[in-house]
Amino acid sequence: MAISEKDIAYIAELSELELTSEEAVQYAGSLNSIIDYMAQLQELDTSGVEPTTHVLQLQNVFREDVVKPGLSREEALRNAPNRTKTSFKVPKIL
Amino acid sequence: MARYETVIGLEFHAELKTKSKLFCPCPTEFGGEPNTHVCPVCLGLPGVLPVLNKHAVELAVKAGLALNCDIQRVSKFDRKNYFYPDLPKAYQVTQFALPICRDGYVNISGKQIRINRIHLEEDAGKLIHSGESILDSGFSMPDYNRAAVPLIEIVTEPDIRSAQEARELAERLKSLLEYAGVSDVRMEQGSLRCDVNISLRPEGQTEFGIRAEIKNLNSFRAIERAIEYEEKRQAAILDEGGRVIQETRTWDDGKGITLSMRSKENAHDYRYFPEPDLVPTVIDDIWMNEIRQSLPEMPEARKHRLMTECGLSEYDTNRIVETPMLAFFFDEVIEAGADAKLTANWILGDISRLLTGNEDKLPIKASDLAVLIEQVKSGAINHSSGKLVLEEMFMHGGCPLEIIKTRGFAQISDASALQEAVLKVVEANPEPVADYKAGKKKAMGFLLGQIMKATGGQANPQMVREMLEKALDA
Ligand SMILES: [Zn+2]
Repeated sequence: MAISEKDIAYIAELSELELTSEEAVQYAGSLNSIIDYMAQLQELDTSGVEPTTHVLQLQNVFREDVVKPGLSREEALRNAPNRTKTSFKVPKIL
Repeated sequence: MARYETVIGLEFHAELKTKSKLFCPCPTEFGGEPNTHVCPVCLGLPGVLPVLNKHAVELAVKAGLALNCDIQRVSKFDRKNYFYPDLPKAYQVTQFALPICRDGYVNISGKQIRINRIHLEEDAGKLIHSGESILDSGFSMPDYNRAAVPLIEIVTEPDIRSAQEARELAERLKSLLEYAGVSDVRMEQGSLRCDVNISLRPEGQTEFGIRAEIKNLNSFRAIERAIEYEEKRQAAILDEGGRVIQETRTWDDGKGITLSMRSKENAHDYRYFPEPDLVPTVIDDIWMNEIRQSLPEMPEARKHRLMTECGLSEYDTNRIVETPMLAFFFDEVIEAGADAKLTANWILGDISRLLTGNEDKLPIKASDLAVLIEQVKSGAINHSSGKLVLEEMFMHGGCPLEIIKTRGFAQISDASALQEAVLKVVEANPEPVADYKAGKKKAMGFLLGQIMKATGGQANPQMVREMLEKALDA
């Protein structure tokens, strides 16, 4: 399945990225080569292999339900590019 | 005019009763100052790793058991990607491909509603707008205290056919989740939320019509009203040969209408992919049994116990079990030593009446009600004084013995004091006395009333009646 420049424009829009038309061509090329590479896997017979849910052979990593203090509000807001006294500040979005 | 059948599926979000968030140790407690229950994990700062709250998994399994689901041996998390500032990471961690529970059902009157799935996910933050409403505000201020609070999403099959059925299902589901102890299920606080998917189709047609999704339903009444409104709106469009638009609508409770929420065309392409920072959850038989055994008594078992062990009628049992808060309270009162049948009478009578309009919270203590019931049962106060004491407990709090003392409700059972009152009334009312002796037995009621009045309503009515009969028959 080849990725067209139209697909790239759509993905860019969903990702809130602005791409020039040169960049769209370039990304279409790189994404297609990745997909071609991955397509080699399709040649393997995977019937009878349980689908992978995670690349690590780990399961059930949990924490107990215990409360610990997090950041103070000052610390939490420190790196915000735009803030009020108590909150982050973002453009309103409808 | 064509007749239409309504097809409804519901989606519920319930906040789980954990102390800490889904992937970090921040508190889930309601009502903190904005952005004070946050840490690098729930703010989505770079380089952090989420770790799953074990208790949240157990509560989700309990919810699944309460709704008769198949609990999945393996479940895992995915990222749901969208940009909205209530989501600090620009994705929500949820379970898309492998949810924790599947294929359940809930019974409502005469019908079974299938549950498609229950999955675990994190809540979003809250956007506070700078102006009066979102329309006139210049900017928004995200508060991330609610971000990553554990939720379950419960999705039904489109088996519901009317506003009444939807409401009944919502009420039943709330009660089951409350009995299972998994959520506070307060709709007005947002710990239980409901979205409605609704479409119409000409009667007899098997394929579904085009549906609208309605959000912002904060009460059972709102669910019912919004569905009734949408039925009319969609029918009017179809009658004119038009097409319903597939979209999300919001319910305006004040105006009683649904409104289109303008949303981007692509808003529903979430590009889910496996969450690489979390490993799968595997629930083996041992863990499964542990969770099953920790499930509190569910409604059917409770009904059985109330009828067989407490001797309540089926009618009273159903009324008590219908409301978990009353059922838990009933248990506490009888545990404090009160008679089960008397307790049921008080709860279903005066207490239910006093709760009208404020059904969420009982302002009295179970041990206090047990004391009050005993006072009435022993004859220390009469039944009508008991009702007044209860009202006082509801309005101002306080212990029943104290109220009985300060309000002077203690019943007069002193024979000589009563005898005196009886004779005084007989002397003062020669005409009714003569009427009674002439066979007009009704005059008895008048005389009894006079004695109760003279004693400020505190005379032991049983004793007064006996004494009066004796005096009149003499
Ligand atoms: Zn946190």
